[in-house]
Amino acid sequence: MEAAIVKKIEQIVSANRIMTGLEDLYSYSYDASFGEYLPELAVQPENAHEISQIMKLANKYKIPVYPRGSATSLSGGPLPVEGGIVLDMTRMNNKLIIDRENLLAIVSPGITTGEIHRKAEEVGLFYPPDPSSSKISTIGGNLLENSSGPKGLKYGTTKEYVIGLEVVTPEGEIVRTGGKTVKNVTGYDLTRLIVGSEGTLAIVTEATLRLIPKPKAQKTLLATFSRLVDSGYAITKILSSGILPAAMELMDNPCIRAVENFSPCGLPIDAEALIIIEVDGHPLAIQEEIEKCEELCWQVGATSVRTAKTDQERDDIWKARRMVSPAITQMGPTKISEDATVPRSQIPAMMEKLNHIRKKYDLNLVVFGHAGDGNLHPNIITDKRNIEEMKRVENAVSEIFEAAISLGGTLSGEHGIGTLKAPYMEMELGEAGLDLMKKVKEAWDPHHILNPGKIFPKAGQTKVVLV
Amino acid sequence: MNAPLKRTEPCPTPQPLSLVPKKGNRLYELAYEATNQCIQCGYCLPACPTYESMGKESASPRGRINLVKMAAEGKIDISKHLAEPIDLCLGCRACETACPVSVPYGHILESAKEVIADEQTNQNDKLKKLILKQVFPYPKRMRMLGNLTWVYQKSGLKTIVKKTKLLHKISEPMAQFESVLPEIESPVKRAKLGTIIPAKGVKKARVAFFTGCISDALLNRTNRLTIELLTLVGCEVIIPKSQNCCGALHAHQGMTENARELAKQNIAAFEETKADYYINNAGGCGALLKEYDHLLEKEEEWAERAKNFSHASKDISEVLVEFGPLPFQKEWDGVITYQDSCHLRNVQGVHREPRKLLQSIPGARFVELPGSDSCCASGGIYNLLHFEESMKILDRKMEHVEKTNATTVVTTNPGCLLQMRVGIERQGCSSQVQGVHLVDVLADACGIS
Repeated sequence: MEAAIVKKIEQIVSANRIMTGLEDLYSYSYDASFGEYLPELAVQPENAHEISQIMKLANKYKIPVYPRGSATSLSGGPLPVEGGIVLDMTRMNNKLIIDRENLLAIVSPGITTGEIHRKAEEVGLFYPPDPSSSKISTIGGNLLENSSGPKGLKYGTTKEYVIGLEVVTPEGEIVRTGGKTVKNVTGYDLTRLIVGSEGTLAIVTEATLRLIPKPKAQKTLLATFSRLVDSGYAITKILSSGILPAAMELMDNPCIRAVENFSPCGLPIDAEALIIIEVDGHPLAIQEEIEKCEELCWQVGATSVRTAKTDQERDDIWKARRMVSPAITQMGPTKISEDATVPRSQIPAMMEKLNHIRKKYDLNLVVFGHAGDGNLHPNIITDKRNIEEMKRVENAVSEIFEAAISLGGTLSGEHGIGTLKAPYMEMELGEAGLDLMKKVKEAWDPHHILNPGKIFPKAGQTKVVLV
Repeated sequence: MNAPLKRTEPCPTPQPLSLVPKKGNRLYELAYEATNQCIQCGYCLPACPTYESMGKESASPRGRINLVKMAAEGKIDISKHLAEPIDLCLGCRACETACPVSVPYGHILESAKEVIADEQTNQNDKLKKLILKQVFPYPKRMRMLGNLTWVYQKSGLKTIVKKTKLLHKISEPMAQFESVLPEIESPVKRAKLGTIIPAKGVKKARVAFFTGCISDALLNRTNRLTIELLTLVGCEVIIPKSQNCCGALHAHQGMTENARELAKQNIAAFEETKADYYINNAGGCGALLKEYDHLLEKEEEWAERAKNFSHASKDISEVLVEFGPLPFQKEWDGVITYQDSCHLRNVQGVHREPRKLLQSIPGARFVELPGSDSCCASGGIYNLLHFEESMKILDRKMEHVEKTNATTVVTTNPGCLLQMRVGIERQGCSSQVQGVHLVDVLADACGIS
């Protein structure tokens, strides 16, 4: 980057928060997804004012800017794909106010989501969105990617909990959207537009989050099935019986075998699928609910049903789920993690299609995920240095997206579009739908400097390219 | 300035992967495979004390692993770009316990250090290597150092130095550490190498004691008490004659070859004793002793012997729990808290035993130290090499210590012990709070002085 521009940035942010060395630039060249892109500069802003000035400068000289939290993104959200400046937002972590009277949290973007969980729970409140990286990921990143986790089924995703924002626009204006009230119909709902915009419309500098009372207790069960389709029936049966579990997680047979191989949890390796169901709420109510869940699982042909009697047993059940990621990475160094989502009634059909894709391309493809809301995680374990196999992965990934959309689903339930899924946007949205989104982007960011290269496909790009 | 500035450098595009990894790059051979195990999920970030204190990605485990990978691929320079971020790592290995995919960070770190050490030729580095090569592996020279320190402490010279603030003028870190050095016991009380001390009461096991080079020189009282505690719980203790420095300091400074030589000497020395267990009381040494198997895995005639050695190596707290209970003699007064030795906790997996022992002391009120599993930033000689960074982490830790109201802060490694004593001194509460080794507390409660 030209020295004169760096000088101008030094007038905005103190020099110790500006990084130009190659060791630092390479440290901001990746996230938890795929690809490596070298930025020209990394800056650690401390307040909205600094970001505003940086954006004005970037807008004037047309320098790409990428906000970045803890870079746990699985879709390439913070990758500096066109060079320019990475804004490391982790230093903006000084505010975490829990407003007990209004059931709100007011937070800086660099605070980790886990820290919000902890502080809210200290006073009997609850911030439900629970991406598995919540101990590390920043709330700013969670908001911009509209992240969620197992609890999305009952409690909804991040967007349901954001009622107010302070943001810096691509042109450097500091703007407040929404406010402190749960009800607010004044004008367009810009808050919801920004949440999930993957950092392409604005940079969040403060957020007001809604909290709810913390559920008093949990009950958890694990059921195994000799036929995958039966686990699908169990899920739909339970959901149509008047019970809304806090989480319903599914693991397929390759997943079960990988876990048992890596860290034995006593799972039957011949089971075609298992589901973990957790209900939460008043102790008396959930006792009744978990018994009903047990009964329904048996009814649809479960081969075993185990309800945790103690906290230890509950932890053991969740251990099986937690072990999935470490277990599957033993099969290879590169993990392509997808989150194609289908209407929950289509889970068995989607599982069948995934099975077909696994066989067709002869890949290590395992499936787990949040079955209750149709959000599956097909993961392909491979080695990015194996070019031939990566070509097969490319084709398999394309087919996974096509399968999800053909079943009335979506490309991404919670990870975001980022770089890898961009080529498939038109397939889901249609030309006019995608065009409308482009117009929004144009209006907010006329020079395309805020997080360019994400969401929208490049001209002629219709397929993911991994090698 | 109205003329628009153009971005002169073209946006770098990712290089095709197939072109990158270079054979013949030593780092590539040592650690490239291991760095590729990292899935860059970032779960290690909150576990890393330097990421917390320095707040940038290159000071995190994920960042460092990536930089080693970049250097192995030839994208960055080893001396210019890799050396500093690696040098600033404490080596506490807390990241390994947080890693969901078991990336061998310790191995990556030591490989990087080895390659960096080969490239560095400045004066400081030469001096560091000279001391590591010429002092630590020579028990006699180490003991001489200890004896000189004893003379210094007893002769009144220390008082003069203190009054004139001589050391503060030479080096602030050195002055701070000198002031917290525990009182060295008379050299005549030091257990002789090669002696066998019988068990008290029924003999339950024969154990060999690893004295440790620094502990033998400067913490000889703690070593004597360790032996007494062992005999109290029914262990016959032998002190192997030709034992030597464990080699941990060498390995941490990238002098892996020297570490291997020391490992072989120790394996031979301890095999001769035919002991059931090899006991040490220093978390840092113990960690390497338990990893001799990794260190020598590629040397055919040593691999099996190293494995047996690692298997027999135990921390003092493990055997005291196994063969205890200890015959406590008196009630303890005040609150005790415990700071984990990272290498005892993260590498050896020992964290319950020291707590169990402290909780078993009659009258003791044990209060868990928040963040006790996070490094105190002693890091071998990290605190001397990176004094300011180290003190930043330590001062934060001491705020937690203060909240426990502890009057006794216990650790299980010489480096951590000195560091915590510096922390207490810096807080200005050395008159009310003591920093001691686990063994000292247990021995005191057993009425041994």
